[in-house]
Amino acid sequence: MSQIHVSTTVNGDAVEFLCEPDETLLTVLRDRLGLTGSKEGCGSGDCGACSITIDGRLVCSCLALGAEAQGCEIATIEGMAEGENLHPLQSKFLEHAALQCGICTPGFLVAAKALLEKNPDPSETEIRYWLAGNLCRCTGYDKIIRAVMDTAEEMKAAKS
Amino acid sequence: MNYQSEVSPDARKFKSIGTRPLRPDGLDKVTGKARFGADVSAPGMLHGVILRSPHAHALIKSIDTSKAEAAEGVHAVVTRADFGSDFDNPDVMDNVMAGKKALYDGHTVAAIAASSEAAARKALKLIKVEYEVLKGVTDVDAALAPDAPILHEDMVPDGVDPAPTKPTNIAHRHEFGHGDVDKGFKEADIIIERSFKTEAAHQGYIEPHACLATLGSDGRGELWCCTQGHYYVRELCADLLKIEESQLRVTASEIGGGFGGKTTVFIEPVALALSKKSNRPVKIVMSRNEVFRASGPTASSSVDVKIGVKKDGRITAGFANLRYQGGAYPGSPVEFGAMSAFACYDLENVKTVGYDIVTNRPKQVAYRAPGAPMAAFAIESVVDELAKKVGMDPIEFRLKNASSAGSKSSYGPTFSDIGLALTLETAKNHPHYSAPLGPNQGRGVACGFWFNFGGQTSVSLAVNADGTVGLSVGTPDIGGSRASLSLMVAEEMGVEYEKVRAIIADTASLGYNDVTDGSRVTFASGIAAIEASRNACKVMCARAAKTWGIPEDAVVWEDGHAKPAGSNAGDFKPMSLVEIAANASSTGGPIAGHHEINADGAGVSFSTHLADVEVDPETGRAEVVRYTVFQDAGKAIHPSYVEGQFQGGAVQGIGWALNEEYIYDNEGRLQNPGFLDYRIPVASDLPMIDAVILEVPNPGHPYGVRGVGETSIVPPLATVANALAAAAGIRMTDIPMSPPKVLKAIDEAK
Amino acid sequence: MARIILWGGLKALANGANELDSDAKNVRALLDELVELYPGLKPRLNKGVSVAIDGEIFRDNWFAEIKPDSTVHVLPLLAGG
Repeated sequence: MSQIHVSTTVNGDAVEFLCEPDETLLTVLRDRLGLTGSKEGCGSGDCGACSITIDGRLVCSCLALGAEAQGCEIATIEGMAEGENLHPLQSKFLEHAALQCGICTPGFLVAAKALLEKNPDPSETEIRYWLAGNLCRCTGYDKIIRAVMDTAEEMKAAKS
Repeated sequence: MNYQSEVSPDARKFKSIGTRPLRPDGLDKVTGKARFGADVSAPGMLHGVILRSPHAHALIKSIDTSKAEAAEGVHAVVTRADFGSDFDNPDVMDNVMAGKKALYDGHTVAAIAASSEAAARKALKLIKVEYEVLKGVTDVDAALAPDAPILHEDMVPDGVDPAPTKPTNIAHRHEFGHGDVDKGFKEADIIIERSFKTEAAHQGYIEPHACLATLGSDGRGELWCCTQGHYYVRELCADLLKIEESQLRVTASEIGGGFGGKTTVFIEPVALALSKKSNRPVKIVMSRNEVFRASGPTASSSVDVKIGVKKDGRITAGFANLRYQGGAYPGSPVEFGAMSAFACYDLENVKTVGYDIVTNRPKQVAYRAPGAPMAAFAIESVVDELAKKVGMDPIEFRLKNASSAGSKSSYGPTFSDIGLALTLETAKNHPHYSAPLGPNQGRGVACGFWFNFGGQTSVSLAVNADGTVGLSVGTPDIGGSRASLSLMVAEEMGVEYEKVRAIIADTASLGYNDVTDGSRVTFASGIAAIEASRNACKVMCARAAKTWGIPEDAVVWEDGHAKPAGSNAGDFKPMSLVEIAANASSTGGPIAGHHEINADGAGVSFSTHLADVEVDPETGRAEVVRYTVFQDAGKAIHPSYVEGQFQGGAVQGIGWALNEEYIYDNEGRLQNPGFLDYRIPVASDLPMIDAVILEVPNPGHPYGVRGVGETSIVPPLATVANALAAAAGIRMTDIPMSPPKVLKAIDEAK
Repeated sequence: MARIILWGGLKALANGANELDSDAKNVRALLDELVELYPGLKPRLNKGVSVAIDGEIFRDNWFAEIKPDSTVHVLPLLAGG
């Protein structure tokens, strides 16, 4: 089986890799590019721990193929902070103790960021439905939802 | 150890304890840098994959691995023949790699290490296993039928009198209680008898089991894995691989949830065996399918309850017969179910009988307060009905019968100060209890109990030259314990929280540490961290005393400073930790503290939960619309993470109550081994979970800590069932209360 | 003498006895005495038990003191999740 050559952009960096035709983008990110921040919780798109964006669209990277990344802009948890400065969501997750074990946290952050970019003023219900594709077994979601609501408030205030 | 004098009210004013600083591992976890089980690799690493039995019950007649061994990229194949015999933990061995029989769908039969996962998976298909398929059994009651297939020909239960002469699927019988239940039932005005069933629920941690193993022919190895207890992993692997404990260094990765499910080994001994055979590092990562089929869910249960009550609401007798299946090997947590079932009540006459039963399912593993939620579901459901029958408010009814200091517990020992009544009183006076309900909504209440324990802990800390503190603990941090332990060290030494850096040390660095379970870490590792701090402070007092030229016992440690004990000791300016640390080299060398204990005195824990549930009469879907947890924490060290434990446990219980279940077909094959069909709660299923922390100090800990991790999963099953009963007028006795079952019950009630 | 109460799972292994009096001064002495009285208990006790002395539970502590007026419950080894 011959491998496929892919040129893409990951967190703003130009990246090239070879992958098998049936290799998932998650495997490429984790095993070929060393970006292990995206996690494999299920491999079937049910848990959201591998959430990334491709050209700004939120996807489960376990359901995308590495070969599909050709020419795309990929964003992962590793690219969320800008230098030393955490994204407001990252800071709020820490402040609200919105993580216990932390395995689902990268996926939640990527998904929540995608939400706030689309809808800067979501209701609690909108947040709960948007994040329904991300499983957390530790927190009962309470502190996660509060952290996202608080971030939205703060980002709104910063803009006005 | 008893710390009664320290925890009495006003004994001390805390500076750090009770604050909510950021967790030390937080930054790594929000930026993707934290390294979990599957996140590491090694040079020359091979990928291990596992061949699993497709049969629930089968004799393994032969295994031919020759073709797989010859396949491209394959470096090693192992079966049970590659392990020795005569193990201290024979059931663990047999569960890790099947011997004569495959005992459940997913039981490991062989494993392959190859240069890529794809090559290993391809080679799996070349292993030829000849099975003789046997009739199996997965239901707990069916396993007791006279003609039930027998899993273990040598299993004769203990605790049964007279002992059976033929093998059965019962491993143990337990009995607890006191008084005379027959007499008690005669005194009762009202008696309710009901039977309940709960299906198995999986711990559902989001991180599948993962490990990276190296083992050489010299018997030396290293293991990286996600586990709640790397010392126990070392102990088990040393037994199964026949190597010396000192030669196996186990490092605990960050752990992506456990809830009891990561307190044993599954893939770790297999990876070590493959590594030894191939002389290469081997990494194994379970798929979600494997996690469901072959790591432990909790037990399923079948429980009969009988409770008698006087018209005035006083319970005269309680009886329960509990049958738990714990999968293919003995060890269901039925004794804890039988011990805890009536623990919330002060009863004159109480008896519980528990049977530990084996079936063709994966060996159950502990799940948060193992055994207690199923028992509480049954008892608290009947208690709810009794309260209604005698016309009492359900909280008043519970308060009338509640255990308190001096009550003889249903499992024997007498309780000292406990917080059950406080949780009930607080719930009664909380705005939630009197809030108006909407259409199709009902409110439920239930109580829960868990024992908690302490256990073996070894902690070490070092005072660095710049006045910071390095803290090494051996209990994996599963929910923020590095933060709570750092807070205790900061409090005790009088340094800022940020000056303490806590790490989880590997097995070569500290004495033995029991697993992170039993709600024990903030309690037991906390005691050890506090005592280690006190030791280091004693050393610093001695250094100051030497510097001042006064006796050591004339110096005390206060607010981060060594101070003369009184005016008689001399007039010296207090010496700060920073100053003492900076001069350590000149005053005697490094300053450190350590402490080792097997902690007792954990202090039992109680909680009361309130739920409002709305039932859709068209679909049978039940939705929790409001939920409040009231629990005694003894003393909350980091309140945010205490609330997190309350909230997380409650939601796991809600999932178990409403949706989660193991579904087997007639051949004993698991039908829903994935998160799509095994449905754990998602954010849109839930309301906010209000957490009310109560504090009845535990004299067994210097600050009064009680473990908080487990009790929160005990009441939700009954809380939700009682709310559902109030909402729809149906008494559900079968968990999960999924929409089809609820709809059926609503239709039948019409 | 201290009052010793065995949990019901041990009754059949202790020839039907589940309560007895003992002069044992600590947990180790009590466990030794139980095995001497009822050899059938040995495998079960070796697997580990918890011992509650006057309400306080000791999970594994040979030297926990038993007083002449103590009430002692021998219970299954506690575990957790």
